[in-house]
Amino acid sequence: MDQRLGTIRFLYSIEKNMSCCQTHSMNPWNHDVAKDELDLVDVQVDGVWLKMPKGLNVVEVAHRSKNFIPHYCYHPKLSVVGNCRMCLFEMGTPKMNADRSPVMGLDGKPEIAWMPRPQIGCATGITQGMGIRTDSPLVKDCRNGVMEFLLINHPLDCPICDQAGECKLQEYSVEYGTGASRFVEEKVKKPKNVDLGKRIVLDDERCILCSRCVRFASEVMKDDVLGFVNRGSQSTLTAYPGKSFDNDYSLNTVDLCPVGALTSKDFRFQMRVWFLKETKSICTSCGTGCSTTIGSREGKVHRLTPRENEAVNSSWMCDYGRLNIHYLESKDRLHRPLLKAVGEQFPGTWTDAIHRAAEGLGKVKPEEIAVVASGRLTNEELFVLKRLLGELGVTRVDIVKHNGQADNFLRSGDGNPNGRGAELLGLSSGGRKFSSWGAEIVSGKIRALLVLGGEDVVAAGIPASALQKLDVLLFSGILGNETSRLAHVVLPSAATAEKTGSMVNVHGRLQRMTRAIPAPGEAREDWLILRDLREACTGGNSLHSVEDVWKAMAGEVPQFTGLSWAKIGDLGVQLEARSSLSEGTLVRA
Amino acid sequence: MFLMARREHRLVFKNIDVRGYTRDIACYQKHGGYEILKKGLAMGGAAIRDEVKKSQLRGRGGAGFPTGTKWSFIDPAKTTKPIYLICNADESEPGTFKDRQIIHKDPHQLLEGMILSCFANGVKLAYLYIRCEFTEGWKIMEKALEEARAAGFLGKNILKTGYDLEIYVHRGAGAYICGEETGLIESLEGKRAYPRIKPPYFPAVLGLYMCPTIVNNVETLCNVKHIVEMGGEAYANIGRSNNTGTRLLCVSGDVVRPGYYEFPVGALTLGQLINDVCGGIRNGNRLKAVIPGGSSAKVLKAGEVYKIKEKGLDGKMLDKEVGLEDLRLDFDTLAAAGSMAGSGGVIVMDHTRDMVECLANISAFYAHESCGQCTPCREGVLWLKKILGRIAEGHGREDDPALLKEVADRIAGRTICAFGEAAAWPVQSFISKFKAEFSARIARNGSASRHDTISLLH
Repeated sequence: MDQRLGTIRFLYSIEKNMSCCQTHSMNPWNHDVAKDELDLVDVQVDGVWLKMPKGLNVVEVAHRSKNFIPHYCYHPKLSVVGNCRMCLFEMGTPKMNADRSPVMGLDGKPEIAWMPRPQIGCATGITQGMGIRTDSPLVKDCRNGVMEFLLINHPLDCPICDQAGECKLQEYSVEYGTGASRFVEEKVKKPKNVDLGKRIVLDDERCILCSRCVRFASEVMKDDVLGFVNRGSQSTLTAYPGKSFDNDYSLNTVDLCPVGALTSKDFRFQMRVWFLKETKSICTSCGTGCSTTIGSREGKVHRLTPRENEAVNSSWMCDYGRLNIHYLESKDRLHRPLLKAVGEQFPGTWTDAIHRAAEGLGKVKPEEIAVVASGRLTNEELFVLKRLLGELGVTRVDIVKHNGQADNFLRSGDGNPNGRGAELLGLSSGGRKFSSWGAEIVSGKIRALLVLGGEDVVAAGIPASALQKLDVLLFSGILGNETSRLAHVVLPSAATAEKTGSMVNVHGRLQRMTRAIPAPGEAREDWLILRDLREACTGGNSLHSVEDVWKAMAGEVPQFTGLSWAKIGDLGVQLEARSSLSEGTLVRA
Repeated sequence: MFLMARREHRLVFKNIDVRGYTRDIACYQKHGGYEILKKGLAMGGAAIRDEVKKSQLRGRGGAGFPTGTKWSFIDPAKTTKPIYLICNADESEPGTFKDRQIIHKDPHQLLEGMILSCFANGVKLAYLYIRCEFTEGWKIMEKALEEARAAGFLGKNILKTGYDLEIYVHRGAGAYICGEETGLIESLEGKRAYPRIKPPYFPAVLGLYMCPTIVNNVETLCNVKHIVEMGGEAYANIGRSNNTGTRLLCVSGDVVRPGYYEFPVGALTLGQLINDVCGGIRNGNRLKAVIPGGSSAKVLKAGEVYKIKEKGLDGKMLDKEVGLEDLRLDFDTLAAAGSMAGSGGVIVMDHTRDMVECLANISAFYAHESCGQCTPCREGVLWLKKILGRIAEGHGREDDPALLKEVADRIAGRTICAFGEAAAWPVQSFISKFKAEFSARIARNGSASRHDTISLLH
């Protein structure tokens, strides 16, 4: 049994190792992966002998063997400092005979000599024959002691603390703490409500000085702005005098902070975390497509947090992407279909809107139609569009290019989250074709324009005066803009958090997003809009769910062959090697 | 024997307090200074290391680790990175004031010992990390370095042997923890003096700037000079086996003649030191307790009897019962008695001393000096101080002695560095040995302190 468990964990670790290779450049440390996952040693964990990779630290070994060792300061992607002392464990080494051979016990396994002094799991790499006790009376006393020490000067203000519900002090108190306090002295007073930067507030009394934030800023961001001042129990986290913690990844420290010391100005006091429904998704603010968790309640997205994915974003995401959720409640949000009559837009029903749109497309020749497909649509939406265009015989299709602010870390220079998907489906020339459409509209070559994904073609270079010449201007999107205001039919669509689908990021990784909240008002997911439009235009329809669309698409698009919706999984699938993709292989394919 | 015990054996302190002896290089050379350096340079590094190993010299900073062994972790011939030597002159253990005497009164002896140790270990760059509060000592060392450079004992091509060495004085960051070996290294690198996690237990491999590094105490380095002078074996003949050489003792507290003394290690007992050397307890009072190795050492109580194993004349180990005043002042005996020789700071307390206030005072120091890096020390030591302060102020609770012990037990052995033990040991030992006094103090709650300890606590 124990052997099998070891093997399972071992296989898991190999997989992790392989996917992890891609973020080695991103993280200076990856303690959760051994130097050589195949170089195994025998270790005894709580009485059970296992095979684990040599040198892996004891916290990770315990994790892989399902014997959890609690910790505060340790994080697999940051340097090891060993300051919280929560991961103290009892360590043993093989007993040796005079000839330096191990003393064997009755069970045929080496006997272990246990050290009286506990060791920290985070800084101890395993060696052959090591004994590990994660649950002995000494270990329990160590944890109980650390919990008591951490809480004596803690303000215990859980009822008004944003971290409550996902706080390691709370969690470990339940597991390892004592119900009552023996502390009757006055607590240490420290600064509260400290403005650490544009997006972060610090409560120094809650801080347990684990230094995760300090290490993240210094080691991952190379922005050495946080540190401790003062000494002993008066030690205080602060930003360097005159500096502010403002870099674009600062909010990751809020995730890293195991307690309620660092809180996000955007999220604090908005919602108790235990009310949040968590939905696995991806960020669509640029072409990187960081894995995310959407935290929502009653149809409102309250926060976006990074979800660990070593192939994409490790444990991090940028503040820009994280906070790019407020457009969901923007006053420009399109809630109902709009139809233009006598020069003005009026709300209408979906039936009328789809009918008017189909009618419009039917009035012009296929070669007079141009379609802005958008790199913001999912593969499924693009695929339904592709079917529609194929049936109509429309070939003039492209996406609008969006330039992102590349930062050499996570943010991509490509602002389209699914530009690669559009290329893959043959619906994109990367904006090259689109650049001549303004002139073609003016010359009358293009008489109908279908704009998807809420693209503002006015901002993209087609003058409003040209759009006014069009016989048919159809617009589908989330927010109203210059283009939508000129459209004959406006079809309100759903945002990332409101829909299910897949996208391909700039590195060629196929990933899924899942609907967390319903779209507001009468807004609908694009694939449904396009399906209905297709039905109205050509009568074709055999697609009843996103999974159906995927299945049909996997049968047609060679890169998706053999992939089922389930197979994509939560971490996505790499379509081609990253290196070749970055050279543009996918574009040629 | 009785008279022998009272006579000091001055080796390191040989010229200290000698009438007319000054700290300039001319005076030092007049008394044979830097002659041993010439001898050492002629011997070669390996030979010096060999002599130090033979001398069985143990570190004088507090832990008593064999210096020769510490040096042997580094092989200058096989090391590609630079090797650093650091002189730990951050003397700040309460009750300890020996290094300060050397720095103030015989700085060149320290430099000669340092240069010899550097030469022995292939060191090209060394640092003298001096306690921030030693303002005068810093100036003295800077001047001494200048003199040594001018005389050709430092710098390029020392005494035309082709050996280059530079020594820099670095002023400490004003904290007790800067004296902890790895905290000192961090501080020297310009960071907060947060001690490093162990292992590695010694900075021999990954020390200053991640290079092999030797950290030795001032007194230890001075002893190297004398070992080179007399040879390792002759040095080992001073004192006792495994406790060789001389030891600087700093006696403070309730004795008639407190001060610094130098004796062969283990040559005299605690009673001889107090009664014969220091003139006995002052004001005719009775001895109550002794802290034998700096404030972090466990306290020894008058009247205690210790079971100690000692080698008999026939070489067999004998169990002996030894009273407090008959304890030999050496590393092994004091360790066997449950305390330590530590930094050589002997603090004597007479029967008028209030143990609650003494401990409150000690804990106030450690709470002030905890660096704050790891949880048990950061939170626990301040808690100890607060409880003790409360008891001293007359607001003790019945459970306090037990609580103090439990808190101390949860600090010792669970911290990054030995500070945890340094802060916990006094509490553990005071509480267990003077339990009645703590209980009595709590029982007569409400009466204010007789002494001015309380002012120290706030």
